[in-house]
Amino acid sequence: MGKVRTILLQKGVFDDNDLQARKLRDYLKSKGTFLINVMSSPGAGKTTTLVSLINRLKGFMNIAVMEADIDYDIDAVRVADKTGCPSIQLHTGGMCHLDAEMTKQGIDGLGSFPDLIFLENVGNLVCPAEFDTGAHLDAVILSVPEGDDKPLKYPLVFQKASIVIINKIDALDYFTFDAEKCKRNILENNPNARIFTVSAKTGEGMEELTNYIKKTIKEWH
Amino acid sequence: MHELGIVKHVVDQVEKAAEENKVNKVLKLTLEVGEVSSIVPDYFKDCFEWYKKKTKYMQDTLLDLVIIEGISYCTNCKTTYKTVEHAKICPSCGSKETYLVTGNQMTIKDMLVE
Repeated sequence: MGKVRTILLQKGVFDDNDLQARKLRDYLKSKGTFLINVMSSPGAGKTTTLVSLINRLKGFMNIAVMEADIDYDIDAVRVADKTGCPSIQLHTGGMCHLDAEMTKQGIDGLGSFPDLIFLENVGNLVCPAEFDTGAHLDAVILSVPEGDDKPLKYPLVFQKASIVIINKIDALDYFTFDAEKCKRNILENNPNARIFTVSAKTGEGMEELTNYIKKTIKEWH
Repeated sequence: MHELGIVKHVVDQVEKAAEENKVNKVLKLTLEVGEVSSIVPDYFKDCFEWYKKKTKYMQDTLLDLVIIEGISYCTNCKTTYKTVEHAKICPSCGSKETYLVTGNQMTIKDMLVE
């Protein structure tokens, strides 16, 4: 038996991922590619919102999409069909989130550096918030049927996101959802969050969101 | 439910450190986990037991999870209180102007090796 000793590590669990994420962010910057990580619970309308957004943005820049799901390729096919933009499906193999390494693999798989890549994270409000993907902008989508108290129940994801999109506002009449209260709940967690209220289905509010993203990318360059 | 992803990150970092330090095996691993860090200790232990079988140095590693209490500070009345019991609202003065001082960390503290 060898000599027993203690090795002090004192490392944060996320240190390695955070380092890889920073490297990826810098690498993409050097290629002129802006990466947006989109998070939400399942069914909040991530894919529909992306399709609507991409169709408004694609006249101004080259866009690609990475769809992360536990299994199947329905989202990648749907986005490609409805936008004409290249899209690839990433399978997390049971994992509930993407980390920086998986994101890098996805970008390598795309094989090009468009002006903008949307990363549609796994539908989940817990785990994706913990892992920095290397994105330049983190967005979270919250939909009316989910309730205005969601930011209080899942605070971390709302703290990490710089923009919050309240989707499905065309359904406000059918749910007890107080939009002003929801905004207060978001700002309580994250006073710097930019909040957009939209309906990806009817297009309401999408113009403002589109303009914000265009402006953000322009300022980033 | 995200414990598996976190276990993977922990194990990968420990395996790398074991390799760098040229150890034979890791006997014990100590992690500090905050009470409000979103890790469920029992799930974490189950995931760890499953994942360690896939490693080179950690086949027999004992996991020691040290739970760090969540403590918040109230900027209004300048007192601290237990976060788990009172969340964001100060139990002394009722203020919401509070912040977490400690208890959300997940730190790989040290490893006993031979």
